[in-house]
Amino acid sequence: MTNPERGRSLLRFAAPQNFYPLAGRLAPWFAALAVLLTAAGLWLGFFVAPTDATQGQVYRVIFIHVPAAWMSMFIYVVMAFWSAVGLIMNTRLSFVMSQALAPTGAMFCFVALWTGALWGKPTWGAYWVWDARLTSQLLLLFLYFGFIALTRAIEDPRRADRAGAIIALVGAVNVPIIYFSVQWWNTLHQGASVSLTKAPSMATTMLTGMLVMALASWAYTLAVVLWRVRPMILERERHTEWVGAELERAGKLSQTAGGRA
Amino acid sequence: MAHPVPSVFQSVPMLEVESLACLKGDRLLFRDLAFRLQAGGLLRVAGPNGVGKTSLLRLVTGLALPEAGEIRWRGESIRRAREAFHGDLLYLGHAAALNDLLSPLENLRFACAAAGDAVDEDDCVQALQRIGLADQLDLPARVLSQGQRRRVGLARLFLSNARPLWVLDEPFTALDVRAVADLAATLSQHCDAGGMVMLTTHQDAPFARPPEVLDVGVFAC
Amino acid sequence: MLSTFLAVLRRDLLLAWRGRADVLVTLAFFIIVVCLFPFGVGAEPNQLRAIAPGVLWVAALLACLLSLHRLFAQDYSDGTLEQLLLSSEPAALWVMAKVLAFWLSTGLPVVAVAPAMGLLLDLEQGGLPVLILSLLLGTPILALLGAVGAALTLGLRGGGMLLALLVLPLFVPVLIFGAGAVEAELSGSGAAAHLLLLGGGLAGALALAPVACAAALRISTD
Repeated sequence: MTNPERGRSLLRFAAPQNFYPLAGRLAPWFAALAVLLTAAGLWLGFFVAPTDATQGQVYRVIFIHVPAAWMSMFIYVVMAFWSAVGLIMNTRLSFVMSQALAPTGAMFCFVALWTGALWGKPTWGAYWVWDARLTSQLLLLFLYFGFIALTRAIEDPRRADRAGAIIALVGAVNVPIIYFSVQWWNTLHQGASVSLTKAPSMATTMLTGMLVMALASWAYTLAVVLWRVRPMILERERHTEWVGAELERAGKLSQTAGGRA
Repeated sequence: MAHPVPSVFQSVPMLEVESLACLKGDRLLFRDLAFRLQAGGLLRVAGPNGVGKTSLLRLVTGLALPEAGEIRWRGESIRRAREAFHGDLLYLGHAAALNDLLSPLENLRFACAAAGDAVDEDDCVQALQRIGLADQLDLPARVLSQGQRRRVGLARLFLSNARPLWVLDEPFTALDVRAVADLAATLSQHCDAGGMVMLTTHQDAPFARPPEVLDVGVFAC
Repeated sequence: MLSTFLAVLRRDLLLAWRGRADVLVTLAFFIIVVCLFPFGVGAEPNQLRAIAPGVLWVAALLACLLSLHRLFAQDYSDGTLEQLLLSSEPAALWVMAKVLAFWLSTGLPVVAVAPAMGLLLDLEQGGLPVLILSLLLGTPILALLGAVGAALTLGLRGGGMLLALLVLPLFVPVLIFGAGAVEAELSGSGAAAHLLLLGGGLAGALALAPVACAAALRISTD
């Protein structure tokens, strides 16, 4: 089927039939990279980095907490970007990307909250403190839940794509406002709070460990998203010729594999 | 008594539809559908249930987005010139667009005002009288029968002669024999005056001149 | 140019008047929610006075949320929404008319009874003008943001809960500045900054929300 909208696109890989095999080829590499970087980052964080003078061993949770918090915010921005691209250029693949990103973003958001609570208990004496960062992170998690729930609740994939894109953009416009308002509210109610990210006198090894973990999160996100995108593309494009050919090829492969076994 | 269509209108295709494809849910209903409608044209969209007749009408009105293909009105894509196109269009769908808390007169006046037609109360009263609702002008719409509800929607036809393109989804449903004949005459008149009508129907209506037929089933996937 | 806007505004106000029982239910809901708090936290006047601005604002927010699903639901099911989308005026304009009529018929009554509910919670009388002003500026923002959510969830199963999940996080800044304005006034630091921020928020919402809402309505009726 010819689609004029698709033909106009500048990037060759914006076409699903080109992106599908590319995603399949790249995903394992990113997965391997993620494993290597995670191992290196955890080794740096848990064995090489020195014990913190004031907080002891417990501070080591930042090697997971901080990259997760970074990723959760970054992924929302990327989601909103793909949503805008989808609405403007009418490219189906962009919507698929933003929907594939959402669960990973929510997962990082949850990890950041969870590790924040674990860190908060020994530091503040409570699992939850209405700190500005934690509170905005919680609201971000709700925004992710809203996006995921809306796109899952709509059965027509085209309506789901576009409705999700609108709410992602509305959320993206509101995230800075929410962050600012929570900060404002927090300074009025709490006074200065202990900052999670500004550990006193950050040693170079700590910083390196954190950066390596952040890169690991990137690689993990890319791998997971590329894997998640593939079946979504097949499902949406299943009435096209190239998906028919693809499925036939996969069927033959599994048949020959089954025959050999 | 078929009126000859003025020849000025005949050569100009007003509505052009090219290689249209319609996706409903995750099913492709039809593809490569194409047709042209010239001034004075009366087009009946035919085909079995579920083939996508209503979907086609909604695509033509611009309410739904096509999966592929192009719809042009007076040579311009309806997506680019949406506001001009909607000024020329009257669409009556399955639902009669009646609010139960308002009377037929209030509903009709609102429908015209919202669409941007300069129509006053007397015009609306006359239109409702003409379609046979003279006694129900001020009753709340919830007490009307199906046929009467249908008629309130159809009363807009009398007030929309300035809109060349009428797209009607099952306009004859729930009407009695006389009302069917009147409606068919009204539609024929609109076409004779250079307007265009595109409709779906399951029954044979006594049109002055037989409509062209577009069978959606031919393009089904 | 404004014929669709005025037609929609007039019709929706007329409908709100004919269906005024719905408005009264919203108002009763607001009053009952406020009255629940003394039972929950105890009737100690000092405590009630301290939480009064927050309680009033949360109750107003919930009352708005619960009536939001009505905004487009009827027009969606009877086909009026399709006709409106076929009007040759920009959809953002009549969306604004619908939201305005909605706010006049549900938001404004809540604002009107809020001072009485403030007295019930022993809110100091000096805070009442700021309470009214903050609600006047804040509740239209809630209606505008909520309209986008209502448009996106049209016709969905469980649309009400989904609507709440979508819009409540977006309501948080309005709640912070609205309740904060009253608290700031009572603590003597002045509510000007809060009210200015609410006003700015209202201007921003007026500019952006109708466009987003119109796009959402086109998507939901596709």
